[in-house]
Amino acid sequence: MKLTKTKAYKTFMAPIKDANPISVAVLGICSALAVTTQVMPAIVMVLAMTFVLTFSNVSISLLRKIIPKNIRIIVELVVIASLVILADQFLKAFLFDVSKQLSVFVGLIITNCIIMGRAEAFALANGPWLSMWDGIGNGLGYGYILIVVAIFREFLGAGSLLGFKLIPQSFYDMGYQDMGIMLLAPGVFIVIGLLVWLENILKSKKA
Amino acid sequence: MVEHLVSLAIESIFINNILLAMFLGMCSFLGCAKNIKTAIGLGLAVIFVLTITTPANWAINHFFLQPGALAWMGFPEVDLSFLVFIVFIAVIASQVQLVEMLMEKFTPGLYTSLGIFLPLIAVNCAILGTSLFMNERAYNFPEALVFGFSSGIGWFLAIVAFSAVLQKLKYADLPKGLDGFAINMITTGLIAMAFMAFAGIKLTG
Repeated sequence: MKLTKTKAYKTFMAPIKDANPISVAVLGICSALAVTTQVMPAIVMVLAMTFVLTFSNVSISLLRKIIPKNIRIIVELVVIASLVILADQFLKAFLFDVSKQLSVFVGLIITNCIIMGRAEAFALANGPWLSMWDGIGNGLGYGYILIVVAIFREFLGAGSLLGFKLIPQSFYDMGYQDMGIMLLAPGVFIVIGLLVWLENILKSKKA
Repeated sequence: MVEHLVSLAIESIFINNILLAMFLGMCSFLGCAKNIKTAIGLGLAVIFVLTITTPANWAINHFFLQPGALAWMGFPEVDLSFLVFIVFIAVIASQVQLVEMLMEKFTPGLYTSLGIFLPLIAVNCAILGTSLFMNERAYNFPEALVFGFSSGIGWFLAIVAFSAVLQKLKYADLPKGLDGFAINMITTGLIAMAFMAFAGIKLTG
């Protein structure tokens, strides 16, 4: 069987292509807005998020036959919160600067609706193998929006990417100025709004 | 002291608005703003829950989790601060449940009008976020109380303003593809820009 025909591949690609957790399902926006002033923290956030999402999906899928139905939300929260503690301790130990920049938003992965949503909608009904691919796919679908937004904001707002200056000094001498608003709150709302608009236009052209 | 608290309240309502500057609680903000009545109900519920959970989490953090907090029990070198996330979320979830039960018993009118929003609040990131910010900025007890309450007011103001704009927006003739999520984000951006005008207000005391 070809790779693209397997169920795992389809589960993996669906959230990236069609059912993007941020732009289509409108979940998990809080962190997408807050950590995207620069590209580096956005990448770290995506990795932490994908880690938590994948492992919470797998563990909840393994436990799905044992968890009593009426207390499942609490059980899910405990699983997710423990994974977030792991991710947070890891970041504090090895990437201290970025972890300081992300501040409370690592902790807020717990209440990120994508994780709860995937646990409820997918992991409770499917086996661990498919749930793992669903987790990775959703993590990356979330990730690519985050990174695109971060690229726009860092480039327009500070004239750099990953901390390297991209806009030469001569531009500034000629009177070019960074768009300060990109680094502030309103900038990100507007960037995401315009990106979703663009995505909708591209999609309607295809269909 | 009082001036300091008033200044903190103004800062967290207008300048560092929990929704428009810290981006917390976006999911329910976008989901529940279509009807202005629901928006008001949800906003009130958020104020209520924030006012209770933030001081409660402060107390738990202060007496159990902080490095050295267990000294009163005879374990001065124990540091449980890594447990902060799991304890805070458990406190929030159980308090929401408790509030729900009490309201059902004593104020059934208010209970039915808030309806499904109370349980939803347990996973609203504004609640956990406020507790985590309170922890990170090392507020003391009165500060935590004021911070929780005024963050709630800030969230309430933002969702009611947004909901009112959406009522008018219904009649606007938008290009296809821009309506829905995209225009909601841009509208929120414009509201956030308006709130930025508050920056710089400060009561020094």
